[in-house]
Amino acid sequence: MTDPFRTETGHKSWGRVVEGEHQVARPRRTGAVRDLLHQAGDRGLTALAYGLGRSYGDSNLNPGGALIETRGLDRFIALDVEARVLRAEAGVSFDDILRAIVPHGLFLPTVPGTRYVTLGGAIANDVHGKNHHSAGSFGRHVRSIRLERSDRGIQDVTRETDPELFAATIGGLGLTGIILEAEIDLVPIASAFIDQRTEALTGVDHFFDIAETRAQEHEHTVAWIDCTASGDRLGQGVLSCGDWADEGALTPHPAKAGPALPVDLPGFALNPLTLKTFNLAYRKRQLMKPARARIHYSGFFHPLDSVRDWNRLYGARGFYQYQSVIGFETAREATRAMLTRIAASGLGSFLAVLKTFGEYAPEGVLSFPKQGATLALDFANTGEHTLSLMADLDRIVAEAGGRLYPAKDGRMSAGMFKAGYPDWTRVEAMRDPLLSSQFWRRVTDD
Amino acid sequence: MTDQNRKILVLGALSAMARESARVQAGKGASLYLVGRDGEALRAEADDLRVRGAGTVDTLAMDLTDTIQTDTILANASAALGGLDTILLFYGVLGDQAGAETDPGEAARIMDVTYTSAAQWVLAGARHLEAGAKSRGVLMTASSVAGDRGRRSNFVYGSAKAGLSVLMQGLAHKWGGLDDAPRAVNLKLGFVDTPMTSDVEKGGPLWASPEDIAAIVDRAIEKSGPTVYAPWFWRFIMLAVRATPHFIFKRVNL
Repeated sequence: MTDPFRTETGHKSWGRVVEGEHQVARPRRTGAVRDLLHQAGDRGLTALAYGLGRSYGDSNLNPGGALIETRGLDRFIALDVEARVLRAEAGVSFDDILRAIVPHGLFLPTVPGTRYVTLGGAIANDVHGKNHHSAGSFGRHVRSIRLERSDRGIQDVTRETDPELFAATIGGLGLTGIILEAEIDLVPIASAFIDQRTEALTGVDHFFDIAETRAQEHEHTVAWIDCTASGDRLGQGVLSCGDWADEGALTPHPAKAGPALPVDLPGFALNPLTLKTFNLAYRKRQLMKPARARIHYSGFFHPLDSVRDWNRLYGARGFYQYQSVIGFETAREATRAMLTRIAASGLGSFLAVLKTFGEYAPEGVLSFPKQGATLALDFANTGEHTLSLMADLDRIVAEAGGRLYPAKDGRMSAGMFKAGYPDWTRVEAMRDPLLSSQFWRRVTDD
Repeated sequence: MTDQNRKILVLGALSAMARESARVQAGKGASLYLVGRDGEALRAEADDLRVRGAGTVDTLAMDLTDTIQTDTILANASAALGGLDTILLFYGVLGDQAGAETDPGEAARIMDVTYTSAAQWVLAGARHLEAGAKSRGVLMTASSVAGDRGRRSNFVYGSAKAGLSVLMQGLAHKWGGLDDAPRAVNLKLGFVDTPMTSDVEKGGPLWASPEDIAAIVDRAIEKSGPTVYAPWFWRFIMLAVRATPHFIFKRVNL
């Protein structure tokens, strides 16, 4: 029999900063995972599931150890249209799910900014979307999870049967067992279209003044912020809100993704001037659109999916993503402080996103979303300059009692992580002893 | 669901290309009858295809090299589907070339699976479509560019695929001369990233994914000519390979 593991060096996370050598297996059946875990254990390796590689930093990488790619575990198991329940293997993508369920007038309860995530990854990172204030995070809609654990074998976990393992698995970064299958609730939609409302934001105060009202008025809200603007214009941007249209066709998004970015953009293409120009042009373009419009869900939820491999925009050295959440008591001042620091740095992103999270209690022990405001930015990796900017942002977030999103992180300190997620030891207690990631080793080692 | 939806028999339904092709057809509302060796795996595929939008999906677990009852099985499939109009044959075995040269058993295995049994299914399928679906019928086989010119690394497998390609060429010739006849389409596949090729170093522009092939299969079902190189550029690669004189070709380690 041929060795199911191959030595590969090509696995990177979405930010493309972290890479490493892995022993990689690509099972085609969920039944094959148990043996792979045992084989990894026999070789003295830790293992980690790897889906579509959309985590940005190092939470989906395990250099020196094994990766079990889950994309071959991509079968639907059952769809109950009446009960609105879907069961599928963990490697099924949101892209596949939406194409299968939209014609039935069903949608995922919440979707992140890309369809190219797996069901297992969505659970392991407890992803959120523009409707967090009205639906909570993805984990809230998970009914049951089938795990393969190296120590206990197959475990079918629900909130009722094993609440502690369930809570550790939602947002548990894939460490509590390889997710084989899951059963989730779906939501009804009357059409595949969203009624979108677009309005200008003049600054940070404007956002915080109207965010709560807009969240009550609309199912989906998100703001794009020009992070190159400073002074009076600090935090200027565009607020976009949306609600499912009452009528329209139930047409899923097209099967083929758009054109791919064929090459890495050279590093010098990204500089304070081009960033400023891009941000100004983007704002103009957004505000030229009609204030109210009916658009397909793919354009509303997943605009970046129309350019495959957009992460290459940031050049061969890759980029860091930085996403924080800060409670409402301190969010306004902290957001202002962060944007001021970013504008002064000259570093900054094409797309900075600001959104409020609703009052739902975190579903999992390590769930990122909590009530407050979340700011997400990309920073090209320019080495020390970028790291020192993010260290300054860390101080602002920590002082404001906030925390960072592990799925996006490739460098936060152990102290920062533990302060943001004081219950992390509950996940460590539930962790499958064979599973680990570079992220987990980094933030739990003292 | 309308009567326009295809009613498809998939032979070798657990191959990576067959699975992707079945998914594409399921998404268009086709009904499917899956034949492969592993019954449990077939049932999992059937569940998957139903969620993806297939009409009916039935499965049959059998060894396709057993060709005694091809006509009965085709009739059963047709009954389950409510009229069979499309047959997709995906199976074959690459085997071990060195083994095939030393071990008659390995050679027989490669030839039996890849040509002898496949040919029986093609002939039985042809009888069935000629009698039933007629001009709506499509018989498609997955052959290989390995059959275009024998080369040292895989010529036993290549000879079996060459046989399949000529069989399909002949069928297309026959049907092309008739009114109201089905269509025969033979795919000649280049490098495809599947478990069959899992021991080969991959990557580079010549490698296609099973998803790429499924899109080509989709076009082949609707309108392609009798021979389809998949992807298309293999037509030109093989043109060059066939045109290379022996005194040069023998020095090339292929």
